[in-house]
Amino acid sequence: MALIRDLALQGVQMLLVLALAPLLLGFTRKVKARLLRRRGPPVLQPYRDLLRLIRKEAVIAENASWLFRSGPYLIFAATWVAAALIPTFATGLTFSWAADLIAITALIGSARFFLALVGMDIGTSFGGIGASREMMFASLAEPAMIMIVFTVALVAGSTQLSNIATYMLDYASLRVSLGLALVALIIVAVAENARIPVDNPATHLELTMVHEAMVLEYSGRHLAMIELAAAVKLLLYVSLIACIFFPWGLAAADAGPAALAVGVATYLAKLFAGGFLLVLFETSIAKMRVFRVPDFLGVALMLGLLGTLLLFVSRSF
Amino acid sequence: MPVAVALWGVVALFAAAVLAVTIHRTRLAGPLVYLISLAVCLANMGVAGMQLLHASATAPALHLPVGLPWIGAHFRMDALSAFFLLVTNLGGAGASLFAIGYGAHEKAPGRVLPFYPVFLGAMNLVVLADDAFSFLVAWEFMSLSSWALVMAHHHDPDNRNAAFIYIVMASFGTLTLLLAFGLLAGGAGGYAFADIRSAGQTWPGLVLVLVLIGTGSKAGLVPLHVWLPLAHPAAPSHVSALMSGVMTKVAVYGFVRIVFDLVGQPAWWWSMLVIALAGITCVLGVLSALMQHDLKRLLAYHTVENIGIIFIGLGLALAFSAHGMRAPAALALTAALFHVFNHCIFKSLLFFGAGAVLVATGQRDMEHLGGLIHRMPVTAFAFLTGCIAISALPPLNGFVSEWLTFQAILLSPALPSWGLKIIVPAVGAMLALSAALAAACFVKAFGVTFLGRPRTPVAAHAHEVDRASLAAMLAFAVICLLAGILPGLFIDALAPVTQGLVGAHMPVQAALPWLSIVPIADSRSSYNGLLVLIFIALATLLAVEAIHRFASRAVRRGPAWDCGYPDANPATQYTADSFAQPIRRVFGEVVFKASERVDMPTPGDRRPARLTVILRDLVWEAFYAPISASVTAASERLNRLQFLTIRQYLSLVFAALVTLLLAVSLWP
Repeated sequence: MALIRDLALQGVQMLLVLALAPLLLGFTRKVKARLLRRRGPPVLQPYRDLLRLIRKEAVIAENASWLFRSGPYLIFAATWVAAALIPTFATGLTFSWAADLIAITALIGSARFFLALVGMDIGTSFGGIGASREMMFASLAEPAMIMIVFTVALVAGSTQLSNIATYMLDYASLRVSLGLALVALIIVAVAENARIPVDNPATHLELTMVHEAMVLEYSGRHLAMIELAAAVKLLLYVSLIACIFFPWGLAAADAGPAALAVGVATYLAKLFAGGFLLVLFETSIAKMRVFRVPDFLGVALMLGLLGTLLLFVSRSF
Repeated sequence: MPVAVALWGVVALFAAAVLAVTIHRTRLAGPLVYLISLAVCLANMGVAGMQLLHASATAPALHLPVGLPWIGAHFRMDALSAFFLLVTNLGGAGASLFAIGYGAHEKAPGRVLPFYPVFLGAMNLVVLADDAFSFLVAWEFMSLSSWALVMAHHHDPDNRNAAFIYIVMASFGTLTLLLAFGLLAGGAGGYAFADIRSAGQTWPGLVLVLVLIGTGSKAGLVPLHVWLPLAHPAAPSHVSALMSGVMTKVAVYGFVRIVFDLVGQPAWWWSMLVIALAGITCVLGVLSALMQHDLKRLLAYHTVENIGIIFIGLGLALAFSAHGMRAPAALALTAALFHVFNHCIFKSLLFFGAGAVLVATGQRDMEHLGGLIHRMPVTAFAFLTGCIAISALPPLNGFVSEWLTFQAILLSPALPSWGLKIIVPAVGAMLALSAALAAACFVKAFGVTFLGRPRTPVAAHAHEVDRASLAAMLAFAVICLLAGILPGLFIDALAPVTQGLVGAHMPVQAALPWLSIVPIADSRSSYNGLLVLIFIALATLLAVEAIHRFASRAVRRGPAWDCGYPDANPATQYTADSFAQPIRRVFGEVVFKASERVDMPTPGDRRPARLTVILRDLVWEAFYAPISASVTAASERLNRLQFLTIRQYLSLVFAALVTLLLAVSLWP
């Protein structure tokens, strides 16, 4: 019975992240439009877009390989699994120990690896430029993320997200290293999700685009999978920041329905707050030149390294 | 008994070499020699595996009355030897299987066939040797036979140059090892490893430095790596796989054997030296790899990077065991040894893939390839598996060993030494950086070679390679997956090795629920490759099923979109150099002093515009160029001695005689 309950909770978690991801995207678009004094599309528009995309036929280039056709599913699966492993409303779910934060980072890396590969599959210059720049950003964002993981893990004594969240709930205190890690994680999250100032999710036909350049050749259901994966990735980073730095309201796995309901409600509140802050940041800043991005990400890497160094020097930082 | 079986295998390999010399002109020679090698490797692999899994308290040993009369030849197979014997012969078996098909394309089999089994046999002997003399003789056999294999295609001046640099570095490495063993044996001159262990060491610090130079130069540790990216690609591809996948591991074995086993308690500063060098090796290796467009040279530079990862693990193990922290030392050492195994598998696999591409197209330069996934689907699949594994992405094996290394780094704040407290986090960042750059590099390698449109007619008309080569690649791809999803079994198999070297082993992983792995007993971190794979597979299946059930299944093929302006010329694709350009801009100015020169013709001028990129090899300029220049200058000076008159020679001889007599008479 307990096993069934655990598995059911795990299933709820997986479905929850999948169902909420387009909503978060729609919410950020709506808020952004309102901040720009536009009316903006309805909040549910991403769901409609996805439905429309999967009903359409897929047009693929003549020289597309099997990798091009299977890539979107792999990208989606890796991102979804990574997102489902992050405690959203409850800690200590059955499979939460299958992968720690390092593995989650690497899973996102797997998704990016395939995304860059499918970008190069058709052999167009846009695909190449997108893949090349994405990997350049990643080459700084990923070590920054690992240093953030180090900082957090040295504070909490574990790389397992459930343990980290529980530790933060029980022994939370203001620490210099955690502050550095939070700033670094926000920078990484902005870069990884191709948001302003690193990339512009709303643009096309600009030499500055990165993510959109890689997926330019996709249409129909394949594009739907990639768009959904991008939405899940945004949700993933917001959940990650919420889980590590703002774990209040998280229920324990064996808690009663009331605690779980509180967990879900606070999670929703955190998502919308995170989305709102992200959009607020985006509207107040201009997009960077592509070769300024390494400096931006370098800051994240240095902050992460500084946090880790401080903790190596003394555990009390 | 196991040692005798393994030694008979070596004898069979040497016999195969003799056979190859006599019959290399016949068509059957290649398959026959490689089949014998394959059989011997499989047999020795079995022996080593049995020995590793059923480790007895006393390691089987054998003493043969050959070699130096007062030493004889000692051989012994303890857990460490058994593990490296397993790795050596696994790599050797794969390379031999691959070569059954690949070797048929060899233009001068007489230059490859006799040396190949000798090379394999010598590597077997190195890991079995139990006295300094046999070790060094086997080591030198290994160097010389691989040098001969590098020289196999000696008509190319680049290969001759590579072989020359290799033989110089190899001789230098053997010299330092010779000196190290001399110091270890001490005045008593007990050259058997058992005598060295029981004797007290003089100057163990100097021994460490000498061993680091000797084995590091063979393994490719910066700044001793310069020969490696030249020599490894120059050899035929199955030999490249052996050199990169196996010979560097034999060098790692030499380091582990001497530093962890023969020398006593490590001093605190040893690990700092090793870790710092290893971190630099990682980053420099992968950045150099990113700048390459020769597929095999790119892979060779990645060997440098992976050797860095292995040495980070070894350095951490040294640091922990110097401070008496046994469980973390076992973790770090297991991480390093598991990466030894993993790197052997995926680097061999990637070199096989590069060899297959070379057979199919005659090209190693990625700028002339492209679109091979359509023409060589199986090779592409296997190569992709290797790319994912080497980029340390889950659920394959490369990730597991890096995960273990990261976990070892996370345990190191407990180290009391202040130097380590500063160096270890920095090296952790370097490790993370090199993992991310490796992913970028293999997106480039796979994307430019196998994806996109063919850039030349040879790439457009490539054909899939033969079955033996494909079988070798697929087998190694399967091992990559197995080691990635069932790492616990491999870690448990390493327990007797770490128990013997640092006096502890990682917690028994097979006892954990769901085949997870944990780094140390009271750790609260875990990873489960099997579950991750199942999750990804289920999520993919679910997505495919849902999409195909509820959505449109219609597919239409059309011309590429490319924002409405597709260009039919394949030269408009991103090339290997253009892919790496952003990364070159970020890191290149510091690491390579990269500069670009643009030659733009004025309007009306019809010559083509040119962009030249200049990368400088700072390691070569700092360490090797001065040595090379001074050697040249000295030999210019000495050259005058060749043109003296007979009178001058006689007076020189006389002067030398008088000087020597004086020296003898004045000697106290």
